[in-house]
Amino acid sequence: MLAQLDQLYADALAQLDQATNTADLDNWYKATLGRKGAVYLLTRQVGQLTAEERPLFGQRLNQIKNDLEARYQQRLDNLKTAELEAQIAASALDVTLPGRRPVRGGLHIITQTLREIYRIFGDMGFQVYRSPDVETDAYNFEMLNFPPHHPAREMQDSFYTTRPDVILRTHTSAGQIRAMRDYYPEPVRVILPGMCYRNEQITTRSSIQFTQVEGLAVGKAISFADLKGTLTEFACRLFGAERQTRFRASYFPFTEPSAEMDVTCFLCSGKGCQVCKYTGWLEILGSGMVHPVVLRNGGYDPEKYTGFAFGMGPERIAMLKYGIDDIRLFWGNDLRFLQQF
Amino acid sequence: MRVPISWLKDFVTIDLPISEVDTILTNAGLEVKGIEYIGLPGADLVWDREKVVLGHIRRVEQHPLADRLVLATVDYGGESPEVTVTGAPNLFEFVGQGDITHLGLYAPFALEGATLYDGHKVERKQTKLKGRELRGIYNRCMLCSEKELGISDSHEGIILMRKDEWSPDYRAGTPLQEVLGDAVLEIDIIPNIARCASMVGVAREYAALTGQPMRYPDYDVLMEGEPINGRIQITTANPELNPRFVVLLIEGVQQKPSPYWMQYRLRLAGQRPINVVVDISNYVMLEMGQPNHTFDYDFLRRRADQYAPNGPVHIHTRLPYEGETLTTLDGVKHKLQPYNILVTDPLGNLSLGGVMGGADSEIKPETTNVLLEAAAWNFINIRRTSTQLGIHTDAAFRFSRGVHPSQALLGAKRAAELLRRLAGGRVAQGIVDLYPNPPQPVVVRLDLAYARRLSGLPLSGAEIAELLHRLEFAVIVDETHLTVTVPNHRMDIEGGHDLVEEICRMVGYDRIPTTPLADALPPQRGNNELTQEERIKDILVRAGLQEIISYRLTSPTAEARLYPGGAHLELMQPQAYVTLTNPISPERAVMRQSVLASVLEAVANNGRYQPRIALFELGHVYINTGQAQLPLETPRLALALTGQREVATWQHSEPANYHFFDLKGIMEVLFASLHLSPRYVPAAHPTYRPGRTARILLGDVEIGIMGELHPGVSEAFAIRQEASQPVLAAELWLDVLIPRIPAIFKYQPLSTYPPVHEDLAVVVDAALPATAVVEVMSQAGAPLLKEVELFDVYTGAQVPPGKKSLAYHLTFQSGSKTLSDKEVGKYRQRIIQELQKQLNARLRE
Repeated sequence: MLAQLDQLYADALAQLDQATNTADLDNWYKATLGRKGAVYLLTRQVGQLTAEERPLFGQRLNQIKNDLEARYQQRLDNLKTAELEAQIAASALDVTLPGRRPVRGGLHIITQTLREIYRIFGDMGFQVYRSPDVETDAYNFEMLNFPPHHPAREMQDSFYTTRPDVILRTHTSAGQIRAMRDYYPEPVRVILPGMCYRNEQITTRSSIQFTQVEGLAVGKAISFADLKGTLTEFACRLFGAERQTRFRASYFPFTEPSAEMDVTCFLCSGKGCQVCKYTGWLEILGSGMVHPVVLRNGGYDPEKYTGFAFGMGPERIAMLKYGIDDIRLFWGNDLRFLQQF
Repeated sequence: MRVPISWLKDFVTIDLPISEVDTILTNAGLEVKGIEYIGLPGADLVWDREKVVLGHIRRVEQHPLADRLVLATVDYGGESPEVTVTGAPNLFEFVGQGDITHLGLYAPFALEGATLYDGHKVERKQTKLKGRELRGIYNRCMLCSEKELGISDSHEGIILMRKDEWSPDYRAGTPLQEVLGDAVLEIDIIPNIARCASMVGVAREYAALTGQPMRYPDYDVLMEGEPINGRIQITTANPELNPRFVVLLIEGVQQKPSPYWMQYRLRLAGQRPINVVVDISNYVMLEMGQPNHTFDYDFLRRRADQYAPNGPVHIHTRLPYEGETLTTLDGVKHKLQPYNILVTDPLGNLSLGGVMGGADSEIKPETTNVLLEAAAWNFINIRRTSTQLGIHTDAAFRFSRGVHPSQALLGAKRAAELLRRLAGGRVAQGIVDLYPNPPQPVVVRLDLAYARRLSGLPLSGAEIAELLHRLEFAVIVDETHLTVTVPNHRMDIEGGHDLVEEICRMVGYDRIPTTPLADALPPQRGNNELTQEERIKDILVRAGLQEIISYRLTSPTAEARLYPGGAHLELMQPQAYVTLTNPISPERAVMRQSVLASVLEAVANNGRYQPRIALFELGHVYINTGQAQLPLETPRLALALTGQREVATWQHSEPANYHFFDLKGIMEVLFASLHLSPRYVPAAHPTYRPGRTARILLGDVEIGIMGELHPGVSEAFAIRQEASQPVLAAELWLDVLIPRIPAIFKYQPLSTYPPVHEDLAVVVDAALPATAVVEVMSQAGAPLLKEVELFDVYTGAQVPPGKKSLAYHLTFQSGSKTLSDKEVGKYRQRIIQELQKQLNARLRE
């Protein structure tokens, strides 16, 4: 019987070699090591052996069984690896084909720009204060030190409404008096964002509607030097730490002294290019120390309080940053434009 | 305003490069918007200093072989004069006069090798001057026209300048750059620097900024004519509107072109030369800022012969009579407003004070006797008149920004003297000067502590006084304050804050320290409304929608498109529109009442390019109410979806279209993110398609409406649409919604015990809203029923007519134990019973 066993072992090894896929191997296993396989059948014949023969046979049988199990396992692993590799090789993709995109939404470029401005000024303690688009002449002009028929009004052509003394605000400065009256006698540090309206021709450079962010700080010890410090900090955070600022004298009826702030052109770094009209500087915002008349109209005694104010146009900032050359794109709502940001 | 540097140099020494002049002026508030160079480096054509010089014309003779050419002998500073051939017609008159050195005729002279523009080409083409033979005579130089030098496009003749008592001191051989070369600064005159709307004004500012001395024009006038006394009388009815009125009489004026130097300056400054009388009037205004006006004196005298044959010409300034009209010298007849101040005589009006002359009294070609007016006017009143009549003259520009009355006399004298010198007039002795109430100088007290606090500059009283002196302020220094007397020309200075700006400008804004804000921080309150709006935007963006921002000005007609066929227009509130009185167009005449209309316009406009459109806008609408002066400004959200619900790919080229339930899903995601659980109630609204419209309620409060757009609305908005591509839209009332967003919410604990899933299909009336089924199941299944998910809706042969089958996955779970089949079965049974009882539903087997 030992010879039978050896024959079985030799046959099994030969058949194992012939199994070239996992299905063959599965069949081989059933036929050889399965519940009714050759090894089992041979085991059942142990009773025919003598007591002396049995230990030797049993030992040999176990040896062969374990060896076949190990070989089977090895063979199975090899075949599985080979099959997997073949399957992987057959299912290669052209990874350069386009992907399947999820639907994508986006915020309007001006919302994104406003958020950046909110964040920077928020870090400096300025909170967002909103005031109406439709305003009285008093808040928009008179209380900001624009008397009726004053030449300064010529700088801002207004839209008038059928209600007397009600106009569309020409600047968010109109909210200054409202903020001061709300917060008096506390110090004030607010930014006032919003839509403004001017009766102008619609061109690539001017629009009847534009957003503006006004800023206002009022306190007991605020100087022109603080204005320069705050706005320089803002410019460096918005446009990059290496930016330089330049302040030059200007005129706004509601500030005195008044200043325009320029930053070094971020396209040419001040060397001069088409965007900065070869000056090296880009005009970013208007600013100044709050006029005593305005402080008084807001409820603050100009003998005790000082403050500064500034105003900027998010569209202009976005136009400079992204090289946009037509202001009409902002409210045209063309998705081909909006989805670029 | 265009400011030639050469003109400034009459009044102040400028020895810095132009780029530095630009920086100094710009930083001090006189923004230089641009610089035009003529002949100097920076110009398109730079005149060679060696080869383009001033020539003195000694003799002009006929070319022996050509009728239309002459030979000019020109001294150009070389060893001997050069004979040059020219065809300039303005030299022909000197042919045969022999030596004309004494006439002092000078002209630009280009030597061989100079680069000039080709005078015979239409465009400006540079060419190098080469010697060549012209009809037998070798010619290596050229007398130049304006075109050849790039000054203008004129090629009628050469530039011919006469040297006389009043002209510049021309010398042969001077580089032309030093005679006609110039840089013209384009300066933006903002309202508070009206004092700089003249050459003297800019020069004075430059002098103060650089510490150079200022040289004012010579205001003396030589009066040799018959006395003016008794010939002119001036009165005013409104001294507050016309504080001063000065006249001089100049007789025997010869009208002719003004000298070249004056024409040249006027042109550089942007004025067209006319004749010597008009040019002098403009020149004086540009030079020192005082507008002036010239009348035909004989015309006035003839009128006086009618009203006062033996009396003086009587000029009277007054407001108009009712219905009075005036024809200005541009021929336009104006209906006058009660506040338009007029210059008149007893027979009628002569000119619109400070704004424009009248047609009848103006200087005519034959006028020889000129009555010269220089007056002062109230600037607010002039601005009002100029704006109302739409007349924007140079005079009105200056008067409407403020010209001090002290300037009137100076301007009148300067103009009279120039008319004497350049137009051969005799100035009548005496000046008629109506100046009833000369204003007192303005005196301002400047507190030193205030000046330091506002500027951030630690300056002493003496240092501040020195800075203000440079600007011609008179200053008395005290320990705690300064007493500052304001010079006449500074009509913008009212208080200490104005002086602080002057101090800062003199120091230089760039030299003021830069400090971080150290003042007390106000209470930090935040802005919940804004925070929630931005949060809602973020949720919608994550759901795949694009934010848009539209024009808020629209028209009632555009918004009426939301109500197809004109139905239910009562839902619009025509009387509530904020309506403009001066719109730029009828399409932008009112403030919007609907954000949805804005969004639908964007949908229509994008339809041509986009297979998938998913937009929202968050913004205000404007509704006038009865009483309040200002409208309600209410925040709204509108969104719209149409087209493909996914991005098409090469594997899946025709994705399904957006459907009502995509919109519903977005709403569900939005509200789940906000921790709100609204109800959706079937509703009707003219904008939306019947049967596919829902009101959105929180409790019993409506927070919005949603649905498929009524096909009539899509059509009205011209939304390009296929039948299979409905437009879905929703509007939310954020003023109602935002206050209801919970500030905090509790999280749901995660159960460690296994959930049990059961399916349940019920047959109910087809018309029953599915919400009702869910509500009953949720109540009956509480608290173990955690989730109810619809997975099938069926109508058809398997259920009776008028019925539908709804199939749900139910999830039961306990937070404290593993549920047994028995327990779940109990709940399931209870749910079935309640459905039967409340909704007459039956189990579908």
